[in-house]
Amino acid sequence: MHIHDYEKLWLAVSLLLILSLIGTVTYGAVGPGVAMVADSEPTVDATALDEDERFAEPRVERVGENEYAAYVVAYQFAFQPDPLVVPANSTVTFYVTSRDVIHGFEVVGTNANTMVIPGEVAKLTVETDGPAEYGIVCNEYCGAGHHGMSGTLEVVSQSEYEGQNGGDGE
Amino acid sequence: MSQALETDRTFYDRFPDEARVVRAALLSSFLALALGAFFGIVQTLHRTGVFRGLIDSTDYYTSLTAHGVFLALSFTTFFLVGLFTWAVVRSLDRPLVNIKITWTWYGLMAVGMTMTGVSILAGFTDAVDMSADVLFTFYAPLQAHPLFYAGLAVFILGSWIAGADWFRTFLAWRREHPDERIPLQTFMVLTTMTMWYIASSAVAASVLLFLLPWSLGLIEQVNPTLTRTLFWFFGHPVVYFWLMPAYLLWYTVLPTIAGGRLFSDPLARVVFVLFLLLSTPVGIHHQYLDPGIAEGFKFISMTNTMFLLLPSLLTAFTVVASVEYGARQRGGTGLLGWLTDLPWRKPEFAGMMLAGLMFAAGGFSGMVNAGMNINYLIHNTIWVPGHFHLTVGTAVALTFMAATYWIWPQITNKPIYSSQIGLFQVVLWFIGMALMSNAMHAQGILGVPRRTAEPEYANFEYPAMLGGFEELNVQIAIGGTLLFVSTVLFIGNVVLTMGNPRVSGLAESLSPALSGPDDAPLVLDRLRLWVSIAVVLVVLAYALPLAAIINRGGLLGPGVGTYPVWLAPALDALSAAATAIGGAVGETAAAIGGVVR
Repeated sequence: MHIHDYEKLWLAVSLLLILSLIGTVTYGAVGPGVAMVADSEPTVDATALDEDERFAEPRVERVGENEYAAYVVAYQFAFQPDPLVVPANSTVTFYVTSRDVIHGFEVVGTNANTMVIPGEVAKLTVETDGPAEYGIVCNEYCGAGHHGMSGTLEVVSQSEYEGQNGGDGE
Repeated sequence: MSQALETDRTFYDRFPDEARVVRAALLSSFLALALGAFFGIVQTLHRTGVFRGLIDSTDYYTSLTAHGVFLALSFTTFFLVGLFTWAVVRSLDRPLVNIKITWTWYGLMAVGMTMTGVSILAGFTDAVDMSADVLFTFYAPLQAHPLFYAGLAVFILGSWIAGADWFRTFLAWRREHPDERIPLQTFMVLTTMTMWYIASSAVAASVLLFLLPWSLGLIEQVNPTLTRTLFWFFGHPVVYFWLMPAYLLWYTVLPTIAGGRLFSDPLARVVFVLFLLLSTPVGIHHQYLDPGIAEGFKFISMTNTMFLLLPSLLTAFTVVASVEYGARQRGGTGLLGWLTDLPWRKPEFAGMMLAGLMFAAGGFSGMVNAGMNINYLIHNTIWVPGHFHLTVGTAVALTFMAATYWIWPQITNKPIYSSQIGLFQVVLWFIGMALMSNAMHAQGILGVPRRTAEPEYANFEYPAMLGGFEELNVQIAIGGTLLFVSTVLFIGNVVLTMGNPRVSGLAESLSPALSGPDDAPLVLDRLRLWVSIAVVLVVLAYALPLAAIINRGGLLGPGVGTYPVWLAPALDALSAAATAIGGAVGETAAAIGGVVR
């Protein structure tokens, strides 16, 4: 089979581009440590979340030195809790599940983004910056009221967070 | 290719029965295009807030389902079966084995799509207890009316018989020509249909084993991750199913229109074999953000996806080289000066070239989508429809419209009503899409979600970039309007062409490749080998993820409810009745209790 010289060159450059793209993703995973939403969490019964230890009362909980867990339930057509309040400059792990259909969970303007599938728990960890307020939107069609499904993420200063949660001894 | 096969007779003269099938398929495709474009303009104006008076926001999703199903499934597939019928018969230079079978598959596809279409459009009225507002991805546990799933199954069955029809015709040709190379167009059809059989088997399984029985109430629940994964098993190769007819046109028709010849027949075969091998084991890249699927499976899918860039990059080279050869044959010179020696005034040429240019842009935004970690920034934002309006919405749709100006006279003996309108229309599409798609990509980076009737929210504002949310909305609305006008002009031009009298002398022949089929290694034509490798790759990519998903959630899922979008009125009535009956029972019980006491 005859292949023109220019075409060989083009082929070589194309392969280089492809390998570089794979390289950047690999670097993102092992270098800065960008983790994927994966299968680390066991399945849950979406029809019985009110009996689930983590999701019966959706909440933010302190789980370590400057580390927080946010248990979030998405349903037609809202998120719970709303607003989600977390402290600034901390590590927050979201555990998000749905009690009905498939939803999305996207913190607008950031890369905190996941699918929310009934029966599964999406786990994603973020580092918060300074105090700010973000929108949360459901970015997967979930029924006739989908466009009304949004929430708020309030990143507040450590002292304000302590003040709000002062009563429970944390 | 087969220069000697075509003399001064058109396809219509040579194969009148097949030409009738091709016409029917193309007209079905244009009907779907017209319907889809109507919902497109409604959505563009609704979403951007320019005009929300025609439908309620709750009906937006009925419109969006119709837009997706009519354009992505119906318009594309009907055009494909028409074009492939033409390509097989033309390149083999023989009629189909049995035209009754041909009409059977066309009939099945038309009936199937009508069933699905009716179930969707019924969502606009409360008078019928039927709806299918589940979008073209139909993710469970949202549930459509059974007619929606049944129609899809019949439609896919029709497409399978179509493939079998072309394979049988090829085998009949093979018996008559045992030592010849498979003609390039037939080779393209057979590899594409093989890919289609592999890919559509998954969605057929999802519909027949789970979704249809579930919508009929035979099983109580389904595993949403499983049906979703089976959808994307099909959902990525289906984009290549849309694209392959466009590639067929770029490789085998565009060089001739440019006055040149295809640069390399062997490399065209290599490209189609690569698509057969790599199109399917990549679907999980649509599920990078899904919980319940391990990171390793996502990584494998990502690497396969990146290698899928290769056949498209090779195509870019071959198509541009073939067109440049044509320009130089026409007297073009210089490094880029040859570009002025091309038939830009022909809508079939200008349209296909502009489509190819936009496909390059779509390829680059696709690389971002494929980048597993950067994908988090744009997943399910309006960036994604921005991307696929460049690929299926332009590379495919604009190529199909442009090619119609070339192929329609061949299958009808009627000259196009107006080439000027045609040229204006394809350029208008390019401008409209440039505006709309660019603004959609930009809004996606701001975090604006896709698939929503009202993308503005009361509790927050989008971050500002070059052009804020509102300005970008204006661009989307203008772009979408231009696209609608372009579609109306296209449909109008076709309708007026149908009124033209039949004439003779319209026949166009296709020029042979510079490097012909004899330069291609024989192994390329060994379809059984490629099918085996393709199946092995699919098994490698999907066996473990599917096993893991079933292992985690079971075939029918962990506890998950059912959310019919079509039973709401009936359910309301039912629950009202239940309350009434419950109340009556309670009162009776109390009365009895009173009596007993």
